[in-house]
Amino acid sequence: MNWAVLIPLLLFLVLIFFIGYYASTKLTASTHFLHDYFLGGRELGGFVLAMTMVATYGSASSFLGGPGTAYTMGFGWILLAMTQVVTGYFVLMILGKKFAIVTRLYNAVTLVDFLKKRYNSPAVVLLSAVSILIFLFSAMTAQWIGGARLIESITGLSYNTALFLFAVSVLVYVTIGGFRAVALTDAVQGAVMVIGTLILLVAVIRAGGGIPAIVQSLIAENPNLVTPYGADANLSAAYVSSFWILVGVGVVGLPQIAVRAMSYKNSQSMHRALIIGTVVTGVIMLNMHLIGVFARPILPGIDVGDKVIPLITLHVLPSWLAGIVLAAPMAAIMSTVDSLLILVSSTIVKDIYLNYVKPDASNKRIKQISFGVTALLGTAVAFLALDPPDLLIFLNLFAFGGLEAAFIWPIVLGLYWKYGNKWGALFSMISGIASYIFLHFYNSAHGNLLDVHTVTLPVVLSLILYIAGSLLIERKEYHFTRQ
Amino acid sequence: MNKRFQIAHREAWIGIGLALFNFIWWFGFAYGLGGRSMEEYSYIWGLPDWFFYSCIVGFVIMTFLVWLVVALFFKNVSFEEEGDSE
Repeated sequence: MNWAVLIPLLLFLVLIFFIGYYASTKLTASTHFLHDYFLGGRELGGFVLAMTMVATYGSASSFLGGPGTAYTMGFGWILLAMTQVVTGYFVLMILGKKFAIVTRLYNAVTLVDFLKKRYNSPAVVLLSAVSILIFLFSAMTAQWIGGARLIESITGLSYNTALFLFAVSVLVYVTIGGFRAVALTDAVQGAVMVIGTLILLVAVIRAGGGIPAIVQSLIAENPNLVTPYGADANLSAAYVSSFWILVGVGVVGLPQIAVRAMSYKNSQSMHRALIIGTVVTGVIMLNMHLIGVFARPILPGIDVGDKVIPLITLHVLPSWLAGIVLAAPMAAIMSTVDSLLILVSSTIVKDIYLNYVKPDASNKRIKQISFGVTALLGTAVAFLALDPPDLLIFLNLFAFGGLEAAFIWPIVLGLYWKYGNKWGALFSMISGIASYIFLHFYNSAHGNLLDVHTVTLPVVLSLILYIAGSLLIERKEYHFTRQ
Repeated sequence: MNKRFQIAHREAWIGIGLALFNFIWWFGFAYGLGGRSMEEYSYIWGLPDWFFYSCIVGFVIMTFLVWLVVALFFKNVSFEEEGDSE
């Protein structure tokens, strides 16, 4: 048991818990429970908005998987990771003020609410709610497993104890505090992520004897490591560029991100968040992936990618400081999991229960259901993570790209194109998910079609079908009105 | 409503413009400079030149541009319905 690492982590959990508790005190006085619990009362300021977007987006893959691949691939993978800087401003600029105005006009609490009122179609509602439930539930389980494995590997606790610790801390603050707790803890977790990456980068550069020395050792080992093409020279420009869709502009279509673009207070918050979000995304992605590459000459021969960051941290920092720095990947995982949990819960309560089961539920009943569903979901995920079924792991493969291909056009063109209608939205969602899954199998068997990432063609196909469906069937202009 | 939507639409186009510029900068330096043979690279702050310009300078420039367009072109609008004239 590594107490020096464990204690800073536990202190971090206690801090997060108190923020969640603070958020819950704001809830008890609430008169608009649904707005407050699932959207934080639309009162996020610029800093919290920026941080919750970055922290929700930045997950285990930005802190463990990505740097681990950079360790193997070299500078080409940092180039790929830097495509994510665009998310810092693009999502908020594109959804922007129009989404903020329209969702208020619609009185929408969830993304599905927006789609429901924009397209006026139960089929669109059910399809979007079900895809959110299936894909994000599995994504949540995968992150949960990542969180527990991380705690296990750095503290020496057993996997089950680590999972229990992780699950209880996330469950409690999300359940009692709702979206506001999620956003506020995201802000703290985001700050921990930034500080952690800065400390670790400096320590790694020092341990390696300066950047020039590190780069020289990389060149001596394999010159390809300093080219944009990867260690085996197999990262093509087309493949790397296609990540502009997967982890760049396509992020507009992720429900957990889009819902944040309806939660901020006013246009000043948005303006501030644009700048902060860009800086923070860039700093985190650049630092973490540089660390991954720089770790290579310092600690050669690590063969499990996810272990690179924990091992290099424990190697270059004293253990108490390592505990603080390793709170960063844990913060990244927690801030993703908490957002998914509250989103999936809102989908069940608002989009399914209140739409189709009991539209006239009383405020008190809604409260009980909301707390109950959130707690139950979290517990279910924790139990599944004890021994994850293959199906969940399988579904998680499609969670990111599949949801992007499904939602990007119904959201963006629904906002900006007056001819967009339910047929376009339905065709777009079905074709996006179906072609993503199909292409996933094709690409794993035959190599990437056209040498681009799987997400690319489904996004194009779902665009074509959105436009075709909207123009060919029941073509009509749509104008936003109060509902 | 129309006036606020016009502002929103203009800002969304600015977002697309920034992303296009960002992509061209990133791609141009990465594969323009990085496509040379590795022996020809020079190193700035110890980093390969293509990476320095594409990812580090590119990031700084994007941050500056986002700040600039927000300061110059982004307008404050109310999100509520009050004071709304069609």
